[in-house]
Amino acid sequence: MTRRSWIGIALASSLFTACASGGPMDSLDPQGPIATDIDGLFRLTLNIATVIFVLVTGALLYATIRFRDRGDRTPEPKQVEGNARFEVIWTVIPVLILASIAVPTVDRIFKYTSCADDALHIEVTGHQWWFEYNYPDDGFSTANVLVIPTDAEICLDMTSDDVIHNYWVPKLNGKRYLVPGQATVLLLRADEPGEYWGQCAEFCGLSHAKMRARVIAMDPDDYADWLSSQQRPASMPADGTIEQEGMNLFLGGQCVSCHNISGVTASNPALATGSIYGPDLTHFSSRDVFAGATLNHDDPGAIESWIDNPPLIKPGSFMPNIDLTQQEIEALAAYLRSLD
Amino acid sequence: MATTASRSGARTIFRRPDSNTGFWGWITTADHKKIGIMYGYTAFIFFILGGLEALLLRIQLSQPDNVFLSASEYNAMFTMHGTTMIFLFVMPVSAAFFNYLLPLMIGARDVAFPRMNAVSYWIFVFGGIFLYSSFVFGTTGPPVGGNLAETASRLGSGPNGGWFGYAPNSGLRFSSGTVMDYWSIGLQILGLASLISSINFIVTVFNMRAKGMKLLRMPVFVWMTTVVAFLLLFSLPIIAVALFMITFDRNVGTLFFDPSMGGDPILWQHFFWLFGHPEVYILILPAMGIVSEVLPTFSRKPLFGYPAVVFAGAAIGFMGFGVWAHHMFASGVTPITQAAFGLSTMAIAIPTGIKIFNWIGTIWGGKIKLNTPMLFSLGFVGMFVIGGLSGVTHSIVPADWQQTDTYYIVAHFHYVLFGGAIFGLFSGLYYWFPKLTGRMYSEALGKLHFWVFFVGFNLTFGPMHWLGLNGMVRRTWVYAEETGLGPWNMAVTVGAFIIALGVLIFMINWTWSKRNGPIAPFDPWDARTLEWTLPSPTPEYNFAVNPVITSLDDFWHKKYSEDADGRPVRRPEATALLAEYEEVGLNPPEPIHLPNPSYYPFLVGAGMPMVGYGLIYDNTAWGIPLLLLGAVTIVGSFIGWGVEPLEEPHADHHSDEPGHEHPGTDGEGS
Repeated sequence: MTRRSWIGIALASSLFTACASGGPMDSLDPQGPIATDIDGLFRLTLNIATVIFVLVTGALLYATIRFRDRGDRTPEPKQVEGNARFEVIWTVIPVLILASIAVPTVDRIFKYTSCADDALHIEVTGHQWWFEYNYPDDGFSTANVLVIPTDAEICLDMTSDDVIHNYWVPKLNGKRYLVPGQATVLLLRADEPGEYWGQCAEFCGLSHAKMRARVIAMDPDDYADWLSSQQRPASMPADGTIEQEGMNLFLGGQCVSCHNISGVTASNPALATGSIYGPDLTHFSSRDVFAGATLNHDDPGAIESWIDNPPLIKPGSFMPNIDLTQQEIEALAAYLRSLD
Repeated sequence: MATTASRSGARTIFRRPDSNTGFWGWITTADHKKIGIMYGYTAFIFFILGGLEALLLRIQLSQPDNVFLSASEYNAMFTMHGTTMIFLFVMPVSAAFFNYLLPLMIGARDVAFPRMNAVSYWIFVFGGIFLYSSFVFGTTGPPVGGNLAETASRLGSGPNGGWFGYAPNSGLRFSSGTVMDYWSIGLQILGLASLISSINFIVTVFNMRAKGMKLLRMPVFVWMTTVVAFLLLFSLPIIAVALFMITFDRNVGTLFFDPSMGGDPILWQHFFWLFGHPEVYILILPAMGIVSEVLPTFSRKPLFGYPAVVFAGAAIGFMGFGVWAHHMFASGVTPITQAAFGLSTMAIAIPTGIKIFNWIGTIWGGKIKLNTPMLFSLGFVGMFVIGGLSGVTHSIVPADWQQTDTYYIVAHFHYVLFGGAIFGLFSGLYYWFPKLTGRMYSEALGKLHFWVFFVGFNLTFGPMHWLGLNGMVRRTWVYAEETGLGPWNMAVTVGAFIIALGVLIFMINWTWSKRNGPIAPFDPWDARTLEWTLPSPTPEYNFAVNPVITSLDDFWHKKYSEDADGRPVRRPEATALLAEYEEVGLNPPEPIHLPNPSYYPFLVGAGMPMVGYGLIYDNTAWGIPLLLLGAVTIVGSFIGWGVEPLEEPHADHHSDEPGHEHPGTDGEGS
């Protein structure tokens, strides 16, 4: 092979990966060590595949042009029926190539399917259509936004409350199912603080597309602060404020039958049985996103439009449209914003 | 075979249909060629439907957060796009090729069981209609949360659980309407059609080959048909069982897949993919067979490494049963399982590679004519290389954790099943068009079709590779603008419409050429296989005289000898031989017996949806009666069929003479 053709292959291969979007879900822009390692294995395979592609397609195109029927100038072809030596060659070479990539493949499978003993365990439960995160050592539950410390191995102990979901944060690792009645684990590890996007990847019903996730990685110090803030009971609004009006609506209406706010909601039968369950709202406004990580707190009117008619935003949503008045909506939104 | 009065039509309930033409001629035919043609046209109608569904999906995805389709509409469209293209287009259009060509290529006058062949077709038609009737009669039911906002669908209620129907989402709790019953029972009916025809093809291949046609003298297309028939035979019972289980789960309260009662939803995935992966080879091997016929013909060379190509095809068939869990690498199956299936998936690349290399060996050093069938076959090889290589990247299990459930997978299997199977099938449609119609298609339109397809295909499915790697998840009706996926999605949508244009060009070419194309010369491609020794369109009896085969590519060797260099030299008698084939082919020296038409296959098929509706609506007053009516129709038709001889002794256009050759096995056994 000439130097030029090697450059061509490198170009073709990098053209492929250069199509990285730079977007928040880009698996070609890995951030944690696990995703980076997997990406390396993928690129190795991609480079080999590119070489094979160039050679095979090149041979196909060359033969098509070179041996084209040009009338009398092209002689009748020799009737070659096969060649045993070629058959052996193009059987053995692929075997060798595949064997060489099989070794790191098997190694990584075992490496990334079980958690280290000192890993930080967080429980993930899939719901139609949001992810619930439980911090078992710290005794609180949150939703949509998973907060993890950097430089630590995170072991997600996952299951599902309804159908099969699939947890995917492309920049940190590949996917793993959340299966009702079964336990699966997924490892995450982030080196840099930052916000990483995720999405349920297995079709899970009507609003599958709106079942998204965020992972926030924090320095260990920030993470410790965050943990203690999450363990506090919810902020109490001052008397006579619109926030208090919202709280009263929350407690007096249907909201409380599905949502918990620590220090505010009494234990109620529906929550105890776990039959109808929405995200824990104790620190609702400490999370950037809500409604299956599809809406931003900061967007003006986002909370209001969600409360007004949830199934309009997330079709089939378990949270119903309960025909609130505009005033009630504003009060509830104000209360939710105060839950920092 | 003695013929007595008692075996005449007197015992049948209906008067035996005797017309071979017109509407009833088609409804009652047992002729494998007519059945093949009907398979082809019916499948093409479903291809158009599946294509329109794809266009709707692509319009919706052309920009972020689009509101063209609702979530429920989108879910029904992607479910039915996949279900249609697999079960109602690629499988039956492959069956069209098998039906029309298999007997011709092995020198037989029909398949082993002509009326069973008709039954397969009618069950397929009624199964397809039943499945699609979901849009009219089906209900989606409320979501579990019970909140109905925005569930109204302008497209009717189609099945919406994905073509893979994963439990428990497809179960009663999460799909409380009837649409998934239509899906599971519809697929059950369609599977029955394929199962019956697989047995028919296997018996045909093993019992009805012309004298001298040893197994290793069969055309590769026949070989691939045989492998596919075995794949169907062994894989369809698996999905049949699984579909029964899900139907029982939904309708009689079994709990196979319900995790809340100890069932296992992952079990469904094992069943589904244990069928589903061989299914992939069921879809691709017929096209590989077609390409293995077209490349040698247009290169004027024999297929390079015939035995290697045949054994590689069989090896793919065997290994296809041992790779299913690569669809489930993210499901949490044990690392041992993941490693084993990763390795078996790598291994299946080897026979696939052998095929590709031998195809290139075939055209290498040839005298290549770039007619439309050849363009499509070369396109097949090129696109299949891409699909094959991206397939190998899935076997790198950790990489597949990233790729699975993204558009990277969508790109991969469309390169295999569209760039592969569909390019191959179009190659076959052009290649055998003269055989089918007796006329030539327009080469200019054919080539235009190829290039429009080629550009549209790559624009549609090429960018999906990076869309997937950039994080575009499958089966999502909207995606956020911040993901940056908008521009490539727009390109993909444009590509999809270019493909649609290509289909339109094909339809124009087909309809126009069928009536107005120039009359096809005898043996228009200077071909190699038996079907080209027949006049076009093929006479009803196929072979006026039963052929005798002395070698692989027997027809070619009758036309050409080789000089000292190994280059073909046309035998001086070749022209006279072709003239003789044409003359004799149109004027059989002896009368030939053919299976008579029958109403029963149609009635068996018509009974199937009645049973289906009865099962779905068993809680209504008319449900059970309809079910019984369907069962009586089916059983009664089989009885009527059983007492009806395959060939009527005094059928109008053929006399009964002792010692005649007949196409069925024993006149009654079909």
